[in-house]
Amino acid sequence: MLQEVLQSLPQVLIDGLTLGAVYAVVALGYTMVYGILQLINFAHGEIFMSGAFIGTAFFILIMGTSWAAGVPQIILLILVLILTASITGLVGVGMERVAYRPLRNAPRLIPLITAIGISFILQDLVRFIAELFNGNYIVTGPSLFSEQITLKTSSISSVFYDASFKSSFLIVLGTAIVLMIALDYFINKTKWGTAMRAVALDRETASLMSINVNKVISITFFIGSALGGATGVLFAVQYGTIDPYIGFILGLKAFIAAVLGGIGNIRGAMLGGMLLGLMEMFASANLSLLTGGVFGAEYKDVFAFAILILVLIFKPEGLLGKPTAEKV
Amino acid sequence: MKFKKSVGLLLSGVLSMGILAACSSDSGSSSSSTGTTPTSTEPAAEGSKVIKIATQSPLSGGSAIIGEAIKLGAQMKLEEEKAKFEELGYTLQLEPYDDQADPKKGVSNANLIGADEQIYGVIGHYNSGVAIPSSEVYEKYNIAMVSPANTAVEVTERGLKTVNRIVGRDDFQGPAGAEYAVNELGAKKIFVIQDKTAYGTGLAEAFIKAAEETGAEIVGNEGITIGEKDFNGVINQVLNKKPDLVFFGGLYAEGGIIIKQARDKGIDVPFMGGDGMDSSGLVDIAGEAVKNTYITSVAGDSTATESGKKFMEDYKAKFNKDPEGFSVYGYDSMGVFLTGLEAAITANNGELPGKDKVAEAVRAVKDYKGALTDVSFDEKGDNINAKIFLYKFEEASYPPVQVGEVSQ
Repeated sequence: MLQEVLQSLPQVLIDGLTLGAVYAVVALGYTMVYGILQLINFAHGEIFMSGAFIGTAFFILIMGTSWAAGVPQIILLILVLILTASITGLVGVGMERVAYRPLRNAPRLIPLITAIGISFILQDLVRFIAELFNGNYIVTGPSLFSEQITLKTSSISSVFYDASFKSSFLIVLGTAIVLMIALDYFINKTKWGTAMRAVALDRETASLMSINVNKVISITFFIGSALGGATGVLFAVQYGTIDPYIGFILGLKAFIAAVLGGIGNIRGAMLGGMLLGLMEMFASANLSLLTGGVFGAEYKDVFAFAILILVLIFKPEGLLGKPTAEKV
Repeated sequence: MKFKKSVGLLLSGVLSMGILAACSSDSGSSSSSTGTTPTSTEPAAEGSKVIKIATQSPLSGGSAIIGEAIKLGAQMKLEEEKAKFEELGYTLQLEPYDDQADPKKGVSNANLIGADEQIYGVIGHYNSGVAIPSSEVYEKYNIAMVSPANTAVEVTERGLKTVNRIVGRDDFQGPAGAEYAVNELGAKKIFVIQDKTAYGTGLAEAFIKAAEETGAEIVGNEGITIGEKDFNGVINQVLNKKPDLVFFGGLYAEGGIIIKQARDKGIDVPFMGGDGMDSSGLVDIAGEAVKNTYITSVAGDSTATESGKKFMEDYKAKFNKDPEGFSVYGYDSMGVFLTGLEAAITANNGELPGKDKVAEAVRAVKDYKGALTDVSFDEKGDNINAKIFLYKFEEASYPPVQVGEVSQ
């Protein structure tokens, strides 16, 4: 049994990392907004989904033009990533302006409800637009980066089988890591990043120190949503087929990843996302093997969430979170 | 403060508009039904009575392509037969409902259909999981249902007198696929994936049972979750088990992604699926990866008969899109229902009979020659002439090539 688990391990790691990278970057959006506003922005999963649609639309548009054939795919991807991230970033800022800012001093439950409302609006808006242009809201984008690469893991040790992946895996992982490093640098090393951390620590005091709190919050939403939208593009590239409801399940899991890593903690969100992706993929590949066929792959989420509950019982603040004292 | 007030005003304005809108549509429909019922009892007023026939299929959601095809097929037949019923003194009307492939929505639509006194029949559904609870409601109101696509055994097995279907059953479709996989394709080790729905699990179980009897080994049976996009975990298991064939019990939205992701991982063995994968959507999603995929379908090749070819041309001319495999079944289901309706009216001396009489007449239909299928219902409402067809995707295009045909 152990041997069989080991054989597929390289492949499971690769698939788990892909999924984990997507979870991680989406989790960043949740954790940033929570860190600053103590608001769980449930519409973030929908921002991710909108990004996937906007990106696919750009790809279809660009692929339809004649000059696209001569341009390397990677340039196209970077172009689409930047365009999509700017659009979803602006959508995020608009969302905050319309739905959250008027409610900033309302009880915490109220913005949570508006967030759910916004997410339904975005789902149906995207669905409407997709049906208008495509006739059906399940959209399949052009296939990019589909070269097959085989990793000769069997030559490292004979217990492993070879693993293979599409080159889009490298793109997804690479872009996600670049985004995360850039964000980490921005938060910790720049002036605006310092202002964001100050607002997260204490909003009133920060505003007394001549920090424009509204602007900082807008920037937070812009960055979080831009990252979410960019991940949407990566998701569309990796999995090809998208529909307006992908944001819900994925958003939920990314949120859980953020909690697992310690909500409000940027590096925690990255770690939590990667861990959740790996656990989920490991469970779905090996669960029926480990339980002798009693539980099949369909119970993968139960496995992943049971581990989550265990972590939270022993470390309620999350893996990298700091225990916060009650504010009096 | 002022801002808060204006927001409050705006919100309450929206709310009251919503309430008003709900009111108006409500009163509109109730007034129309109270308004038309008297006219239908005094035929002289308008010259003809209205008979409505509902369709229930997913017009939105993942299966919308097929749901729409069923509706359009039914609509086409209804419009062709309209003139004949005008002569008898009746006006036919189509009432399309969207069941969203959701049992809850299907049942609530069924209650609306039951409450409408002018609806005498239903053409639908696409999903067996929706048809089963909805048909309980039709039974209560004695509304005849003719299903163009439901294959789950339980649909007719409950002994409801209003439920009929013109297609084959899963306990016939699964074995037909299994036999072909083992005998023709030489599959010894088969991996089964299913989507945990009434349809997917039922089909997969029927397939597994027959495949084991025919001598193949089932090396894996795993479930997936509808709506997800990453099935690599299950596909890794397929990779390890190295089967000769992968069977998927489910619909094309997930099937297409599974095929694509499996081919990306270098799994080049044949895939096989049921009628849920019989859609052009499968080719859209899987692309080139769809090659070497086999499907069993209860829907036959429309080009096989002269009337089928004519149907395809008319359909294309009328709706400006290519028919799906199930379009012609929507058309023939409507044909069967209208034949039953006509017989019931004739038996009642040209007067409109009760809904229970119409349902009886539909069940009694024998030797109906449709555009593609011949329909004779047995005592359960199953079509004794139903066939199972086997197709292969040789190119990434729809429809696939027919490679076999099994009669009951």
